[in-house]
Order: sequence, then C-alpha cells, then structure tokens
Amino acid sequence: MEHYLNLLLRSIFLENMALVYFLGMCSYLACSKKVETALGLGAAVVFVQALTVPLNNLILKGLLAQGALAWLHPSLAEVDLTFLAFILFIGTIAATVQVVEMTVERYAPKLYTTLGVFLPLIAVNCVILGGALFMQERDYGFGESVVFGVGSGLGFFIAIVAIAAIREKLKYSNVPDGLKGLGITFIVAGLMSMAFMVFSGIQL
Amino acid sequence: MSTPDTASRAGVLGFGTAERRTLLAPIVDNNPITVQVLGICSALAVTTRMDKALVLGIGVILVIAAANLAVSLLRHHTPPSIRIIVELSIIASLVILVDQVLRATMYELSLELSVYVGLIITNCIVMGRAEGFAMNNPPGASLLDGIGNGLGYALLLVLVAFARELLGAGKVFGATVLPLVKDGGWYEPNGLMLLAPSALFIVALLIWAVRTVRPAQQEKD
Repeated sequence: MEHYLNLLLRSIFLENMALVYFLGMCSYLACSKKVETALGLGAAVVFVQALTVPLNNLILKGLLAQGALAWLHPSLAEVDLTFLAFILFIGTIAATVQVVEMTVERYAPKLYTTLGVFLPLIAVNCVILGGALFMQERDYGFGESVVFGVGSGLGFFIAIVAIAAIREKLKYSNVPDGLKGLGITFIVAGLMSMAFMVFSGIQL
Repeated sequence: MSTPDTASRAGVLGFGTAERRTLLAPIVDNNPITVQVLGICSALAVTTRMDKALVLGIGVILVIAAANLAVSLLRHHTPPSIRIIVELSIIASLVILVDQVLRATMYELSLELSVYVGLIITNCIVMGRAEGFAMNNPPGASLLDGIGNGLGYALLLVLVAFARELLGAGKVFGATVLPLVKDGGWYEPNGLMLLAPSALFIVALLIWAVRTVRPAQQEKD
C-alpha cells in the first residue's frame, strides 16, 4: 500500500509530466488562457490517462513482451514484439479516445459539453503517450500502472490549472512587447517548474 | 501555419523562388517553436547536452520529411474521416525505424534519450505539418516544407542545448571549453542550467530576441 501511495505522490509532484518532463507542453501553453478551458482539458487528460496506461500495460504484457504469445503455440515463446510498442500504443490511445468520446456523448451529455472539444486533441497529447512509454521503460505492473496513470494525469491537471490562473492575472501586468503572450508564459512555466523542484527528495 | 501566411512572412526576406521560401521560411520567420508554438513537448528535456539535442534534431528532420512526403503522396487516396489515423500510423512506423537504428548504432545515447524518441510520434510539428501542409500540397513542396521545419526545430534545440551545456557543465559536445573550478579552472558552473526550468527560460529569451528583431511576430492582446 505504501508503495502505491509513494508512486502516486511521485507521479503527481516529483515527476510532474508538464513541469519536469515537459510533456504535453503544446496544449499546456495553448489551452491555458482561461481557467475554465484548463479545467476541461485537465479533467479530460486525467480521465484518458487513467484508462490508457493500464490498457497499454495489458497489451504490452499480454501481446508484445517476449514469450507473451507462448499460449498460442510453443514455438512462439521466443517471439519478442516489443518493437511494435509505439504503433500499438498510439493506436490504442486513438481508439480509446474515440470510444470514450462516443460513450461520454451518449451517456453524459453534460460532461461532453465540458470535455467534448478536448477529447480529440488528447489523442496526440504527449502526456498520454509519454505515460505509456514511461510505464514500459520502468516496467510497471498492472496495479502500478493504474496508480501511475491517475497520478500523472492529476499532476498535469494541477499544473495546467495553476498556470491558467496565473495567466488570467497576467492580463493586468505590463509585459515588454516582445515577451507578450508566448514568451512570458514560458517564463511563468519556468518559475512554476522551479517551484515544483521543492518536492524533489520527498519520500514516504 | 497556413501556407499564405508562410508565404507572406517569408516575403520579408524578399529573395528566391517559391521552393526556396518553402524551405527557408520555417527556419527563422516561421520557426515551428517560436512562432507556431509546436513541438515543444518532447524537445526541452533532451537539451541538457548538445549531442542528445543534435541526434534528436536529426531524427525529427528525417521523420518529418519522410512523413510529409508519404502523407502528400497518399493525399488523394486518404478518406478525410480516417486521415488522422493514417497520418499517425505513417509517423509511428517512421519513428520505430529511427528508434531501431538508434538502438543498433548508438545504444548508450538511445538509453539517455529514453522515451523522447518515441515521443516524436506525438510531436505536434510532425502532425501539424502533415495535417496543415502535406495534405494539400504536392510531394516535392511537402518534402521541402518538412526539411525546413525540421531544420528550424533542430536549430532551436541545438541553440538551447549549447547554452545549457556551456553554462551548466562548461562543455560543448562533451569537450571542456570553460575549465571548472573543481578541476582547477576558473568557471563555477550554474547547476540550474542542467535542471528543467532553465530550458523554459532560455526558450523564452530566444522568443524575446526573435520578436524584438521581427516585431511583426509580437502578439497583441
């Protein structure tokens, strides 16, 4: 239990996807002009991340890893398909996003109006693919990948909502012409990234 | 990222044919990172050392050029409803190629680049150019556009990596330029340069510099 709690805290704060690994930076910068938009995108990321990381974990362990296909035929025990991981991961992500979008539209129209526009965007969000790739690189089990999926999604959620709140206040400040918009957002993100370094070294 | 926009911006340069413009415009005038805000995702984390940045930059140039060419060749045969998934599969296959070649030839470096090679797949520049340019343009122009955007991206990566490696470790491509205090030299390295936030600050400064030279790129709010 402690192991999972530790992993959750690590993935939210210490290894924050947006501020430490720079993943999902494009949508992080593009969709953080308003807190409302940021909330929608953040929620969609948590949702999709919590689904796709465990799903990709099952695919990796059940289909691609060396010897995973041995149940089909003993001669397949040597087969190692992990080089196909990239294309399968992105396929799973795109398909999951599509299914989630249709399900949400059908059964939760209210949620759909909040998440709707962001769901297709998420298929090519680096946080989602990055989550799957980190899961592969660090060799997480199924339980760990569920926790990691939720945690890394939450980390992105916190980061994007926080920067959106700062950017709303920035409207009232006097920024040099060349830094307006993109430039100052980078600097704010850098300062936030420094702030998140405070968490490094924390362990339960 | 539309083409007329690219063309009018490139008009500032005022030289060359349409092909040269397609190739050169993305390098400064329409740089994918500073102007189009694409592809920052997987880029900043690899810029602690120049060799890492250069290898990833070359990987991106190859993937984006080949992907643009392939998408452009298939553009009349791709139904619009499934074009995203077609583009993604083309890009993912190319990235697998790059990753396998890296593992076979530069194993140590591929370990250090870890997930960021795989993340070229979701690099917004690759998708953005495939979707925004290659879908509506002939193969030749798409190839040039891909190379140009890849170059613009790689140039920025290498610039950021140069600043970070030089100031953070006193080295360029692993060769000592500023002798460190702990090795008996005079340079006290700035440790922050090797940590995540510095990449964001350096990109911000680069954007500031580019937009001061080219005021047309400044944002009004």
